[in-house]
Amino acid sequence: MEDIHPTHDSEPMTQPSSTVTSATEDGASAAPVRKKDYIQVRDFSFNYTPHVRVLHHITMDIPENEVTAFIGPSGCGKTTLLRNFNRMNDLIDGISHEGTITVNGQDIFDPDLEVISLRKRIGMVFQKSNPFPKSIYENVVYSLRVAGQRNKEILDEVVERSLKGAALWDEVKDRLQQSALGLSGGQMQRLCIARAIANQPHILLMDEPCSALDPIATAKVEELIMELKQQFTVVIVTHNMQQAARISDRTAYFYLGKLIEMDATLKIFNNPVKKETEDYISGRLG
Amino acid sequence: MSFFSPSSSGKVEPASGEPMVWFSGMWLGIGLLMIVTLLGVIVKNGLTIFWPSRVVEVELVEGSPASIQGAKVLAGEVRKIQEKRIQSETGGTAREKQLFVGNRDAYGFGFRYLDEADIAKLSEPEGIVVAERVEYGDLIGYPVALKLADGEVRADDPGFFDRLKKVVAAGNARRHEIESIEKVQIGRINQRMGSLRLAERKAELEGRLTEDYRTGIAADLAELQRQYEILAGKAANLRAEQKSGLFVYRLPTGTEREIPVGDLMQFYFPNQIGFFTRVGHFFSEVWHFLSREPREANTEGGVFPAIFGTFVMTLLMSVAVVPFGVVAAIYLREYSKQGPLVRAVRIAVNNLAGVPSIVFGVFGLGFFVYFVGGSIDSLFFPERLPTPTYGTGGILWASLTLALMTVPVVIVSTEEALAAVTRGAREASLAAGASKWQTIQRIVLPASVPGIITGLVLAMARGAGEVAPLMLVGVVKLAPTLPLDTVAPFIHLERKFMHLGFHIYDLGFQSPDSEAAKPMVFATTLLLIGLVVTLNAAAILLREKLRRKYASSAF
Repeated sequence: MEDIHPTHDSEPMTQPSSTVTSATEDGASAAPVRKKDYIQVRDFSFNYTPHVRVLHHITMDIPENEVTAFIGPSGCGKTTLLRNFNRMNDLIDGISHEGTITVNGQDIFDPDLEVISLRKRIGMVFQKSNPFPKSIYENVVYSLRVAGQRNKEILDEVVERSLKGAALWDEVKDRLQQSALGLSGGQMQRLCIARAIANQPHILLMDEPCSALDPIATAKVEELIMELKQQFTVVIVTHNMQQAARISDRTAYFYLGKLIEMDATLKIFNNPVKKETEDYISGRLG
Repeated sequence: MSFFSPSSSGKVEPASGEPMVWFSGMWLGIGLLMIVTLLGVIVKNGLTIFWPSRVVEVELVEGSPASIQGAKVLAGEVRKIQEKRIQSETGGTAREKQLFVGNRDAYGFGFRYLDEADIAKLSEPEGIVVAERVEYGDLIGYPVALKLADGEVRADDPGFFDRLKKVVAAGNARRHEIESIEKVQIGRINQRMGSLRLAERKAELEGRLTEDYRTGIAADLAELQRQYEILAGKAANLRAEQKSGLFVYRLPTGTEREIPVGDLMQFYFPNQIGFFTRVGHFFSEVWHFLSREPREANTEGGVFPAIFGTFVMTLLMSVAVVPFGVVAAIYLREYSKQGPLVRAVRIAVNNLAGVPSIVFGVFGLGFFVYFVGGSIDSLFFPERLPTPTYGTGGILWASLTLALMTVPVVIVSTEEALAAVTRGAREASLAAGASKWQTIQRIVLPASVPGIITGLVLAMARGAGEVAPLMLVGVVKLAPTLPLDTVAPFIHLERKFMHLGFHIYDLGFQSPDSEAAKPMVFATTLLLIGLVVTLNAAAILLREKLRRKYASSAF
């Protein structure tokens, strides 16, 4: 579905089709043509309780095989939106929403949709690395285990592929049966990435994955994200604007639950349309 | 502060909170002191009963009121020395000794208080013997002779003690044989006769009782009866043999008495044996206490059935309480919608722990014993009625009653453990495509196991020491059989059982000679505390092992 004429029913939405012009200068993003919009958000509002609305009429398109960064000051709703993509907010009592979110054309709030099958297609990496108190091996294959996979050969293969994908294989290949809790902070976060990609999801959601890491570990994870976008559609929430500039193809700026501006990363950082975006990026706000 | 004059120490700041530290420390100290004193008293009194102390012979002054049957000489173990108030115009106090004089059959009592003023002379005669008997407690006296079938051996003969040792050993062997015949072999025959009669009754109830069947059963019964008579004859012969030899002894008071050798269980010379023999005797007594069955209205012998009953009941209770409490806590914490109703349920559960335990006993009697047990009887054992099988107190019902009583403890601690599992862990699991139950099963429950075991430890500590409800649902003073044995189906959950807690109550307050039972009360208390500590230590070790496994979680 080529979305050349996106609908503009929400006021902060900007023209989404400028990737073509900026991507060539971005080195990392090699695709010069407009990609398929994988996640479509249409006029989406979200309330924690009937009186606390944290997202206001968001409309956006997240293209396939790109890194999309969500930036904005704390409490602006970017994490809430991210957690809606795999319906992690279902855990909270009293939530309600309006509008739709579709992933690959499928409405994720469809009552017939099984939330487990949705989550199997969407991997998630959290702000705080949260490996299970199990062995490294069992951490990686967790999503396959809960899906009932028992074949040892398949599991072994998945462990190797995922750990290589998360650039952790060489460091842990000799101690796969040891507890994951013995790893360093950066290794744990990469293990969580390996766990998230083990089931070969289509989308990888990352909620400030580097906020608890030192610069070296951060560099490793960023490098990894750049590679992951070959296979996955990555959505990353970050507070670090240099990080957003370094790794993302597109950037969305949120403020007070509204999507202020979304465009190619270079455009957002060099030539934002909105005054608020410019203020935030230049440090005058937030 | 008053020790320091302001001039020497400069300006002293008022110690902020310092007195509070001392104050709180003092209260902890008092608490610890009380606990240590209590344990000390129990340990001392519980262990001295097994120590073979020396026996003193006392000569009384003329005209003292303490004589036994007019005799002025008596002997016994000094159990207690205490001050007493004199009932006269002059007042003041005097010291008195409590003597364990034994020979309850001859004297009619086992203990005697003597004023120190009445004692003319104390000695420790070498030749005095203390013997444990099957009946009437210990014998304390001087050996005189052995009257055996092949003649009489006098105490001053050189071979007397070897001979005595031999006949006592032979008597013990015979007693074991009698026990084995009467309890095991005759017991088995009785059981088979019982089941034959039940089969007949069952056939009658189901209306398929034919004449052939009846005569067949009658023939089987006659055969069993014949076997029974053979065994009974054998046992009677052995019993007669037990009475054949006589041990003649002289009481310290001077009277000579005789006792069948078969009634002696063991003997020792308290004033001759050295320290190591004494220690050996001590440990063999402890072992007898732990491994033997009680005799003489529980005041003598061991407490093995009570240890076993307490242990099995506590295990059954744990097996029942953990799944029940954990499942309830999972529902309360993980599935139910947190609201006023759940809060009310939680408060009710917590308050359940404050209901008097006897109320649980009454509930257990009404619900488990009469309702559930009665229904089981009428459904599965109609042929045994009106004799109840499950419709009477038993170890199963006692365990379930205690499980019900302790379930709030497990629910509360499990809920806390579940609540302590972080959101991060749950979210990671859910984001990986696990269902809620898979998350609980694979992530939340393993991480909660240490907390669940903490609840179990608390439940066991409460359940193992509980007596009042048990008296209604299955505990007895003396249980003829254990809940586990070699007769099919090996585990007899319907049986009544003995319990250390009830044993303490029974010994201390229901026994005919409470003075004689007192050391046993202490020893049993020590044992019960030891059992609870052992069970708890096992659970705590398990918890530490699991905690290490899930330790340093980075959630």
